[in-house]
Amino acid sequence: MAQIVSLAEAVRLAIRDGDAVAMEGFTHLIPFAAGHEVIRQRRRGLTLIRMTPDLIYDQLIGAGCARKLVFSWGGNPGVGSLHRFRDAVERGWPAPLELEEHSHAGMANRYVAGASGLPFAVLRGYNGTDLYRLETLDGGRSCPTIRPITCPFTGERLTAVSAIRPDVAVIHAQRADRSGNVQFWGITGVQKEAVLASRRSVVTVEEIVDTLDPRPGAVVLPAWTVSYVAHVPGGAHPSYALGYSARDNDYYVAWDAIGRDRAAFTRWLEENVYR
Amino acid sequence: MSGQVSVNPAGVTVPAYTADEMMTVSAARALRDGMTCFVGIGLPSAAANLARATHAPGLVLIYESGTIGAKPGELPLSIGDGVLAETADAVVGVPEIFNYWLQPGRIDIGFLGAAQIDKFGNINTTVIGGDYDNPKVRLPGAGGAPEIAASCREVIVVVRQTTRSFVERVDFVTSVGYGSGPGDRARLGLTGAGPKKIITDLGILEPDPVTLEFTLTGLYPGVSVAAARQRTGWDLAVAAQPEVISPPSAAELAALRSLEGVHA
Repeated sequence: MAQIVSLAEAVRLAIRDGDAVAMEGFTHLIPFAAGHEVIRQRRRGLTLIRMTPDLIYDQLIGAGCARKLVFSWGGNPGVGSLHRFRDAVERGWPAPLELEEHSHAGMANRYVAGASGLPFAVLRGYNGTDLYRLETLDGGRSCPTIRPITCPFTGERLTAVSAIRPDVAVIHAQRADRSGNVQFWGITGVQKEAVLASRRSVVTVEEIVDTLDPRPGAVVLPAWTVSYVAHVPGGAHPSYALGYSARDNDYYVAWDAIGRDRAAFTRWLEENVYR
Repeated sequence: MSGQVSVNPAGVTVPAYTADEMMTVSAARALRDGMTCFVGIGLPSAAANLARATHAPGLVLIYESGTIGAKPGELPLSIGDGVLAETADAVVGVPEIFNYWLQPGRIDIGFLGAAQIDKFGNINTTVIGGDYDNPKVRLPGAGGAPEIAASCREVIVVVRQTTRSFVERVDFVTSVGYGSGPGDRARLGLTGAGPKKIITDLGILEPDPVTLEFTLTGLYPGVSVAAARQRTGWDLAVAAQPEVISPPSAAELAALRSLEGVHA
């Protein structure tokens, strides 16, 4: 049953060094404040899972929290590169970063398998790509996550992708009620799947209300599927919460110069996160 | 620049435009009214929105964030800007957009960009140089592209043409075009027809009906075959009579600049 706690308490209770952590939110509702709290509490050796690493994982990677990244698209949307991510992959700064790489369809289906309690999901994809080849030729990787599979009914050759089962899911939502039932709407991404696939979860919210009024199209996560809820208005900035804030596109553009330079990034961390 | 005019070789006064504007206008013209279009961010999104603002008001734009039938009045910076959700016919989750909408082949056109592309339309957006574990340049990766390339009925690629982007062999096959030639898509079980056009800042390439090798079939005003050859990293095949593509009309340019106003 969900406990309503402070953000610092939620991160302290839910996330340990070495955990596999999925902070989800597809462009919308990205849990930036929670990510910054993880940096402040100096978690180390994390496996960071996220379809689009976005600025939030650029920041966690640059701050030295990550050992491994599981992802499908690592750019600054509409702007260019994630330079902290690139620096880690291309030059091992501040530490080398192991990669486990998929397509969006593959990642989405891996979360669905995790939420469904199944070991894998099936899709028609990957055939002919080098993502597939990386894992299947030359002995492949030590822990493969992509494998060919034959349909038992039609004989069609499809692709199996292994389930994602994070230790912790972290999401941002518009609202929770005082019992910890969570409600979010707009672009809902894979957050429901990520929470249901994870052992523990942290949800930051714009607002805590007495009762959640029903909203067509909204996703509701009942309190008994959530571990911790923290009241963090604006906790998605520079991403956004539909109905509460707009995406701060200028911030995404300005991040390019900060992320590009190690010194500028370190200064940004000191002034904006550790402060 | 919008106030400038120039005189083209035929002596007709046309508004001045950039190579990127010509490319975006050319890509927009490839879309027909009423089509469904799975849109990548950047050049593809600009072109698809331009088409909707001009000759194809009924074009259905689908973004991988789960927004179906989005109608932004200005270009979104990301595939998940609020304006996409607020103007969409439907907003669905990410597993659903890929599994229910893209995978079964419901979408007419997939509109993709590329960092590298080869003569069979295979696309790399993953790594350049070195090897996978130690790349010279780490690119963003696959995103939605592999399944867009596999499952849309047809694909259009929009990419600036240089010897760095138009390569004999891509360093990494992120999304499959025609593989190594005829028969490969069927052998791999890819249900869509594959890339039908590569639209660049010099002109248009289309696959040869027999060999499937991309062939230069159209050039923008003032661009020579020699210039296109010089900016291609393989021995470029050229149609007997490449079409000369008409320059952007004043209406097309005005619509594009109005869309781009906010992020210019």
